Amino acid sequence: MKVLLSWLKEFAPIDGEPDLIGEQLSELGLAVENMVRTGEHLEGVVVAKILDLRPHPDADRIQIVEVDSGDGQPLQICCGAFNMSPGDFVPLATIGTIMPNGMEISRRKLRGEWSNGMLCSGAEIDLGDDHDGILILGSESEQGTPLADSLGIESDVLYDLEVNPNRPDAMAVAGVARDLAAYQKVPFKIPVPKVSEKGKDVSEILKAEIISPDLCGRFAVRVIDGISIQDSPQWLKNRITALGMRPVNNVVDVSNYVMLELGQPSHTFDLGCVTGSEFKVRWAADGEEIVTLDGVARSLTEQDGVVADGSDLPIGIAGVMGGVSTEISESTSTVALEMAWWNPAAIAKTSRRLGLRSEASARFERGTDPEIIDMAMQRFCELLGPEAFLSPGIIDTKGHLPAGDKIKVRVSRVNGILGTDLDQKDILRILDPIGFKGESVDQDIDVKVPSFRPDTSSEIDVIEEIARIYGYERIVKTVPKSKTFGSLTLKQSDCRLIRTTMVGLGLDEAMPIPFLAPGELENAGLESDGIKVANPLVAEESIMRSSLRPGLLKTLAYNESHRLTGLRLFELGHVYRQPDKFQALPDEREQLVSILAGSEAGEIVKIWSALADALGFDDYELLTDSPPGFHATRTSRIEVQGVTVGFLGEIDPSVLSLFEVNERVACLEVDIDDLLSIPHGHRSYAPFSRYPSSDIDLAFEVDEGVSSNEVKKCLQEQAGPLLVGIHLFDIFRGEPVAEGRRSLAFKLRLQADDRTLTNVEVAEVHGECIKSVEKKFSAKLRS
Amino acid sequence: MNQDYDLHLEEAKGKIEGSFDLEALKKVEVELLGKKSVTTQAKRSLGGLEPEERRELGLILNETRAKLEEMLKTTRMKLESEVKGEQLENERLDLTEFDSGHRLGHRHVVTQTWERLEDLFIGMGYTVSEGPEIEDEWHNFGALNFPLGHPARDMYDTLYVEYGDPMSTLLRTHTSPVQIRVMEEEEPPIYSIMPGRVFRSDTADATHMPVFHQIEALVVDRDITFGDLAGTIEVFTSAYFGKDFESRLRPSYFPFTEPSAEFDIRHPGGKWLELGGCGMVHPEVLKAGGLDPEEWQGFAFGFGLDRLALMRHEIDDLRELFRNDYRFLAQF
Repeated sequence: MKVLLSWLKEFAPIDGEPDLIGEQLSELGLAVENMVRTGEHLEGVVVAKILDLRPHPDADRIQIVEVDSGDGQPLQICCGAFNMSPGDFVPLATIGTIMPNGMEISRRKLRGEWSNGMLCSGAEIDLGDDHDGILILGSESEQGTPLADSLGIESDVLYDLEVNPNRPDAMAVAGVARDLAAYQKVPFKIPVPKVSEKGKDVSEILKAEIISPDLCGRFAVRVIDGISIQDSPQWLKNRITALGMRPVNNVVDVSNYVMLELGQPSHTFDLGCVTGSEFKVRWAADGEEIVTLDGVARSLTEQDGVVADGSDLPIGIAGVMGGVSTEISESTSTVALEMAWWNPAAIAKTSRRLGLRSEASARFERGTDPEIIDMAMQRFCELLGPEAFLSPGIIDTKGHLPAGDKIKVRVSRVNGILGTDLDQKDILRILDPIGFKGESVDQDIDVKVPSFRPDTSSEIDVIEEIARIYGYERIVKTVPKSKTFGSLTLKQSDCRLIRTTMVGLGLDEAMPIPFLAPGELENAGLESDGIKVANPLVAEESIMRSSLRPGLLKTLAYNESHRLTGLRLFELGHVYRQPDKFQALPDEREQLVSILAGSEAGEIVKIWSALADALGFDDYELLTDSPPGFHATRTSRIEVQGVTVGFLGEIDPSVLSLFEVNERVACLEVDIDDLLSIPHGHRSYAPFSRYPSSDIDLAFEVDEGVSSNEVKKCLQEQAGPLLVGIHLFDIFRGEPVAEGRRSLAFKLRLQADDRTLTNVEVAEVHGECIKSVEKKFSAKLRS
Repeated sequence: MNQDYDLHLEEAKGKIEGSFDLEALKKVEVELLGKKSVTTQAKRSLGGLEPEERRELGLILNETRAKLEEMLKTTRMKLESEVKGEQLENERLDLTEFDSGHRLGHRHVVTQTWERLEDLFIGMGYTVSEGPEIEDEWHNFGALNFPLGHPARDMYDTLYVEYGDPMSTLLRTHTSPVQIRVMEEEEPPIYSIMPGRVFRSDTADATHMPVFHQIEALVVDRDITFGDLAGTIEVFTSAYFGKDFESRLRPSYFPFTEPSAEFDIRHPGGKWLELGGCGMVHPEVLKAGGLDPEEWQGFAFGFGLDRLALMRHEIDDLRELFRNDYRFLAQF
């Protein structure tokens, strides 16, 4: 909502510097999105008369215009707009003018032709939003007059305010002025319009009836006479232009002016075209048709409201747009002026469905003030000039209006919510200037909500108004003492530990967006049943990821395309899946994926074992597996206490080629919810022996198919309780080891808790281990 | 007689200091102090002398031997240290050769900001709560006092997912549904923050992303006031941005808080910067969370997390956070 300072001042003696007033509006909850001082940029801009137009010899998009800028001499201008004709009056920025955007106008050549100034659009000189063509001035203009004088523009301040949905009253200049007056503690008054009434009473001229009271709360009609359709006076055009409306003719402009000023839209009918001079307000029938003012035939539904005539044919869509059949024209003899209160939800639905959202429908949707109608009708007539007059009386029909209930406001509740120390009198004083009339009842206050604040329906709504006018900044700042112990949950701490560990291992954290394009899950070897976005903006963002793998592979491909290779990345984030059985929400869980580009599977095992150590998982197993998307012969399943928590290995080369990744990629994928739900992290002290230990080195030649882990387990079993440590310290392939076999060398450390082991004891274990491994894996001890 | 031994010492000094290595020195030592040395031989002859002479010569011999030993020791130490020095010299390394970028990984800037905020609120006695990113319509809107058809729903460009009934399941548009989940699951008093990922149907540009992050605070207790809200935001502002930063509240509108406000921060003398929204938890929201608004009241505030990351590191394009260019990730 835009407001002009000069307009605000018509309702209250508002005082102060424009910047300060802007601050005050913000403090009232009407945030100033933009503030423009108007009329200051017009220095150097004069009225010029178009004398001649001709094409530019070397440019299609520019024409050569000859104008008279007041001295009677033709002046040549090059211009990129084509909306003017000889005889038109237009604004000319003369040489030396500084435009609002800071550009200085100079004499220059455009494709070989001189241009001695610039013809301006409305937007270029801060007069409205129209960029489309040169601003055409009224025919009464005179060339050479400074534009500001010609338009009667005085310097003013235009505020562009952000109006929240709970402030329908602030969709009117008067409503904004009411708030400012309350802030500045100055009186606020809407001047009573001066109009004359004569002729027949309106009840003798027309009839109106509300058939559907749930659609329309109030439908009022008066008759205005003495109108001749013409241009509006320049001052009125200037104001509505500044607030973003395009001047049309006096009747349309006055309708807009009253709407901007008082918040009440209106509609005018050529009463001569209204069958039976009768108005019926009702819901439309399905399929009912009407040709609206824009010439479009529209089909209606039962959820749209209409104004129908005596023959019950629709002549207007309620609150949205009038019909073409009753549009006023130069031949109109009697103008019926209608103002109404429409059900906000109904207008919202219809305007949205028909794509006809306007300044008027926006106001009806928020809820207009049903009680401003009488004054708004008089104002409408007043603005049409002294010749216009009203017929006496008003046709005023009522439907269901929101009840203007009284709200009980407890003083203790006000202070309890706000942390203030206000008494009844303070509260009454705060509320009165914004139209909330209160009455003390015992310790509390009964508040009558004004008709222009339909948003206010409960005690807390009134408390907000009290806080707003009292001033948020005056409320003393206090800090509550928390009664809970501030901490992370165990899972949150573990997730931090996971990140710390990954970072410590040299992995950078990536954060791809969780949307995928159709086919990307399948390309990664995953099931194609990802949760779909019902209304995606683009197809590339239409599938929710069920694994972090595709996003990270895309990240690798992106980086490779920028010659960034060998990345070590991880991501810890949510994945979303169809649940096995229907539940209220999809199966959403946290997953960790670590990827090492340019590394083989062995590298990722180290990442996992470090992570398991950090989190305190001392027992896990890596079991050969080939889950989809992973390399068929270089992948293991991770089991912790018999539960599969993830996979590690390499990404399937065919997946890599689909993602256009050219390096090998080692990958770890862990279901964090599954992993962290397994008991971990607690380590009790394990006493260790004080006696000397003995080491045995054993190297076996085994088939490639034999897992080192199996051999290790066999050794552990054989060595029994004397074994305190075992690790694989060497793997060897090639001569003299046979083809298809490899040598695995283990170091075993033996130790007893209560004695020094004898050579015999050690030799016995040594022998048993060799025998057992050789037998079980057709292995051969290497010496 | 004395002079003879002075001469001997003079000669010995030449031999000792002339030794090039420990081996040569050993030989000199045997020559000077061994069985066949001048002083040892003289000692042996002491028995044949008069007591007076014997005493005098004995003294001279002892003194001479002590001086020889001292000279030998000095030279031995010098030679030994030369040997060690040589050994160390042979092991010399250029350590800058090794300084070629072994590095830690880096947490994402969003995570860094997220954890910094968590730590700050944990210090103020808050817990950290989370909720699902795919939400139901009730938690995201209904329970937060946005009835169906409420125009305020239009303020959010909501992305829905195909799950359950049409329009029943969505990508949460804010972290506020977690407020409801916390109230459903926990007994007050509640002092909790809710960081998380949120979604809007927005085309990506320098200041918009379809995916971004918010953090929300919820306090529900018996006597929480609007003053407590303003004070908590002030404490947070000075703790996060710096001691001299200040905050202010401006009236605004959110269906789930009342009174509602936007909060701004600024460095004294600087321009106000809008940071987030806040307000007293609306009585209808407390009811939706299963609490009696006459017994409990509270405040909530929330703001965008990504923008704080951009501000801290002077990043001018929000999209950079999610592009995952290694040259970006490795910077922070």
